[in-house]
Amino acid sequence: MIEVRQLSKSFNGQQILFDIDHQFEKGKVNLIIGQSGQGKSVLAKCMVGLYEPDGGQIYFDDRNFTNMDRHERSLIRQEIGMLFQGAALFDSMTVEQNVMFPLQMFTQMTKAEIQKRTDYCLERVNLEGSNLLMPSQCSGGMQKRVGIARAIAMRPRYLFCDEPNSGLDPKTSIVIDNLIQDITREFEITTVVITHDMNSVMEIGDQIVFIHEGKKCWSGDRHSIIDSGNEEIENFVYASSFMKEIRSKLQKK
Amino acid sequence: MLGVVFSRPNRFKFFWNQSLLEIEHIGINSLPIVALMSTFMGAVIALQTASSMESPLLPDYTVGFITQSSTILEFSPTIISLILAGKVGSNVASEIGTMRITEQIDALEIMGVNSLNFLVLPKVVAALVFFPVLVVFSMSLSMLGGWLALLVSDLTTTEIYILGIRSFFNPFHITYALTKTLVFGFLIVSIASFYGYYVKGGSLDVGRASTQAVVSSSIAILIANFILTQIMLLS
Repeated sequence: MIEVRQLSKSFNGQQILFDIDHQFEKGKVNLIIGQSGQGKSVLAKCMVGLYEPDGGQIYFDDRNFTNMDRHERSLIRQEIGMLFQGAALFDSMTVEQNVMFPLQMFTQMTKAEIQKRTDYCLERVNLEGSNLLMPSQCSGGMQKRVGIARAIAMRPRYLFCDEPNSGLDPKTSIVIDNLIQDITREFEITTVVITHDMNSVMEIGDQIVFIHEGKKCWSGDRHSIIDSGNEEIENFVYASSFMKEIRSKLQKK
Repeated sequence: MLGVVFSRPNRFKFFWNQSLLEIEHIGINSLPIVALMSTFMGAVIALQTASSMESPLLPDYTVGFITQSSTILEFSPTIISLILAGKVGSNVASEIGTMRITEQIDALEIMGVNSLNFLVLPKVVAALVFFPVLVVFSMSLSMLGGWLALLVSDLTTTEIYILGIRSFFNPFHITYALTKTLVFGFLIVSIASFYGYYVKGGSLDVGRASTQAVVSSSIAILIANFILTQIMLLS
């Protein structure tokens, strides 16, 4: 479980996050949703330590991340896997070397064990046989899957995914969503996904927190989001005319 | 920044492999441009000196002596470092800058890797190890270029040129030149890494950071050259 308490962050005097309190539960896909520029990515980057929060605390299973020094944070980070929006693969390395990298850097595994684990991770994301490709030779969906394989290589306890579906077609998006959900259930990890894709919300959102203007505006699950009664979230969910039409049809029934 | 760069690497095997790769990238790959520049530079110095020697009071070996002293004292360490500031500095800044804007540096940090140490220290080590080699290579080729130019132009003989090269040779000048090279190498890589690592924005900003890195490291080289000359030759 990851818990944030009273988290706040500002840049150049402009407040981005206002005293956010939330618990991200273990074994579930926890979504952070909201419109662009509302502070979703800043919240996630504060949680993994890429940004220093101005105030508040972050706990990884009761371990206070905010009070840790660089070395202690480094140890916690070895328990974190992260899938970036653009996959952030190391472009000088092959697919296989990207997945191997954290294993070679932080474990005492033998070459054979590393190769076995790498092959397993690539197989898990349906990329067997792609070991020697360079990231530039992979499609967007493949790059995301390599990113997931790299993120799970170290058997993380926490998985962060920053807009995993951005730039992907709907079918590939569902593949990535299902993969994230399966991995979360299979390894009993705490997964945090930042998204504004309603398909993802309805597909995998076990727990959802809605961020609006830097504040926690609503939280619940994918079933309750449809009739949340919250004006801001309804504007978000039913933003397109297609969704508005569906809502009016549902209301008529 | 430097405190983090010079901390203990996560894995020495990785650090060693990266350092060897960087020696290839920023050192060995610079050999062709250094060779070309040095040969022509030596040739021009020798020809210019020979063309200005009208006084019969000056001995014939002066051409060789001036080629040797100007090459060792200034042209090889300083001019070659300025050229490397352009080639290596822009390369380092744009490589690290691109890693920054594509979140590769964030990915390293999330894994628990000390990204500054992982990315910058091997480049600093490669520069400190290989830049002196490049400068010694440059000195040799520059003097060879001078000899070839004089031979082709029939302005002196090989014996007189070699006599000039060997005249008044002061071994401390080599120490001075290599000390300057080490300082310049460190400045080039650390300044370029700084601009690349802290870039914000997109590809245009990476381009700007790259240009800024070359300009700043060139200015730093000129200032350091002046200070080191004051300290080492005049104190």
